[in-house]
Amino acid sequence: MIPVDLDALASCLASPACLVTQTTSGLIIGMLLFLVAVGLTLIFGVLKVVNFSHGAFYMFGAYFAMTAYQLTGSFALAILSGAVGTAILGLIFERVFMSRVYGRDVLMQLLVCYAFVLIFDDVVRMIWGPEFRSMGMPAAFQVPPLFIAGGVVPPYYLLLIGVALAAAVVLGLGLARSRIGKVIRAAAHNPGMVSALGINTGLIYGGVFALGGMLAGLAGALAAPVRSLTPGMGFSVLIESFIVTVIGGMGSILGALIGALLIGLIRSFGSLGFPLFTEGLMYLFMVIVLVSRPTGLFGKEVA
Amino acid sequence: MTELQAGQGAQPLKVPRIDARPQRYRDVLIALVAFVLLALLPFIFGSKQLLDFVIRCAAYGLFATSLNLLVGYTGLISFGHGMFFGLGAYGFGLMMQKTGVAIPVAFVATLAMTFVVAIVIGAICVRLKEIYFAFVTLAFQMLIHSTILSWQSLTGGDQGLRGGIPRPPFLGIDLSNHLHLYITSCALLVIGLFLMRQIAQSPFGYTLRMIRDNATRASFIGIDVWRAKLVIFVLAALFAATGGMIMALFVSGAYPEFAYWTISGEGIFINMLGGVTTFLGPMVGTVLLLILNDTVTRLTEYHGIVLGVVILFFAIGLRKGLMDFVVEWFAQRRGEGRG
Repeated sequence: MIPVDLDALASCLASPACLVTQTTSGLIIGMLLFLVAVGLTLIFGVLKVVNFSHGAFYMFGAYFAMTAYQLTGSFALAILSGAVGTAILGLIFERVFMSRVYGRDVLMQLLVCYAFVLIFDDVVRMIWGPEFRSMGMPAAFQVPPLFIAGGVVPPYYLLLIGVALAAAVVLGLGLARSRIGKVIRAAAHNPGMVSALGINTGLIYGGVFALGGMLAGLAGALAAPVRSLTPGMGFSVLIESFIVTVIGGMGSILGALIGALLIGLIRSFGSLGFPLFTEGLMYLFMVIVLVSRPTGLFGKEVA
Repeated sequence: MTELQAGQGAQPLKVPRIDARPQRYRDVLIALVAFVLLALLPFIFGSKQLLDFVIRCAAYGLFATSLNLLVGYTGLISFGHGMFFGLGAYGFGLMMQKTGVAIPVAFVATLAMTFVVAIVIGAICVRLKEIYFAFVTLAFQMLIHSTILSWQSLTGGDQGLRGGIPRPPFLGIDLSNHLHLYITSCALLVIGLFLMRQIAQSPFGYTLRMIRDNATRASFIGIDVWRAKLVIFVLAALFAATGGMIMALFVSGAYPEFAYWTISGEGIFINMLGGVTTFLGPMVGTVLLLILNDTVTRLTEYHGIVLGVVILFFAIGLRKGLMDFVVEWFAQRRGEGRG
């Protein structure tokens, strides 16, 4: 049968040190996933397309950051180039290709994205080579880890969680309060009316896509010091952020946050109790949510 | 003129009774001719590569055509149809390895198992709409894939079912003989396509088209939409499993990739490539994709780029599958000839 190690899980839950370690590792998985998933959910909410190639932006973010870091040695520049590079890429991708398949059937949109998953992976293979690469931890974070209740917490994890949380707050407030946020929400609701009021919806669509790409690129850049880089690295992240958006509800930012944290914790604690079935647990959870609430935990009922 | 008056002069609509038999005879004839041609192939070209190619076409063709029953005929975009392909391959392989029953028994038993699994999964999935249906089928696909990966003692995990699938002869057919395997695959392909064609042309097949075009209306005139969708989901799963079994026999094993989501993605792509409006579109798509894959892999290591550009050409440039394009082109030409 599928190997199950409930003893390991129980003994971890009983020890504060293990609890802290597993929770932090769950949190950083969740936070990275949130950054990818929130872009996905935003693009779906406004453009009504499922960006199947979203994982590629995560991948490009990581590779851009690595190259910038190797060239300049500055970590801040690395993160910045990861985010800005993917934003530009997203804008071009949306204006040149995705904008041609709006309103067509879902199959066509998925296929165009599928084509780009294949193309982008090969482009990365051409430029950076097929082997595993790593960026290395920046010098500023090569310090001994913090100990919280006996659990190990690398300082870089704190930065990662902080940046992701800041992005969540800025995004949430920006969409709810700012003028641009209101225009974006209006365009999601009724693009025809928005464009009749003299607002360039093409620009909004491109902007939202660029924003989504940028968030994924930011996640990739942040992940570059702690993960190994390989062509196709975006794919598993894509599948997981799909699960996140589906669980949280397509189009909901809060849902993406909650979903990402749930998946992160399921992954980190599940790997103790079900070492080989961790991914299976996520899919199982997704099936359960979808069956009981097809629109996800925070999704609105679509007529 | 009120609506009542407008209706007065009208004749009651005569419903032409279509006799389905001539068409069925024609299908039988086409199937027989196709089978004879395929069976003669090894005696004309002795190339093993060509026969291998046809066997792979049979496996993927059955899978892709069955997916078209869902995507093209019923409008159910399944992103997890590949799970039944993998289930067929693994079910059949395990049955042969562990129990040592005769091949036809394992064949039927695998279909029975697929039937049960498809009913359970289908009953959960088909009540969801469009993109959610796609997601939940994808989730089930990945659930089955993870189960295969993690249940190492039974499935061999990421190594796949190794050690070969025993192929004891039955009824004078010896599937370890390449020619026998070839003929059997062709027979399964032709029978499978014939049966699916009959399903597509039956009144039930037209019910499915109606559900695709307007599910609300279909349910208003008394069709149990949920049940019809479930029936076609299960039927399509059986044909996909048959494709998986051919694949397992061909490679003498089963690998987790058979149950990975990319198989479903390829199936969708094949349908797109060939076109979903004609019955044989997916078959054409299968042949195209396999040729494309084989040549591109031989020519360049970056076959993702080439494949991607081809997909873009069909999705953005042509905006339809090859068979759709050909059929429309002929229809246009005929129209011009008359006019």
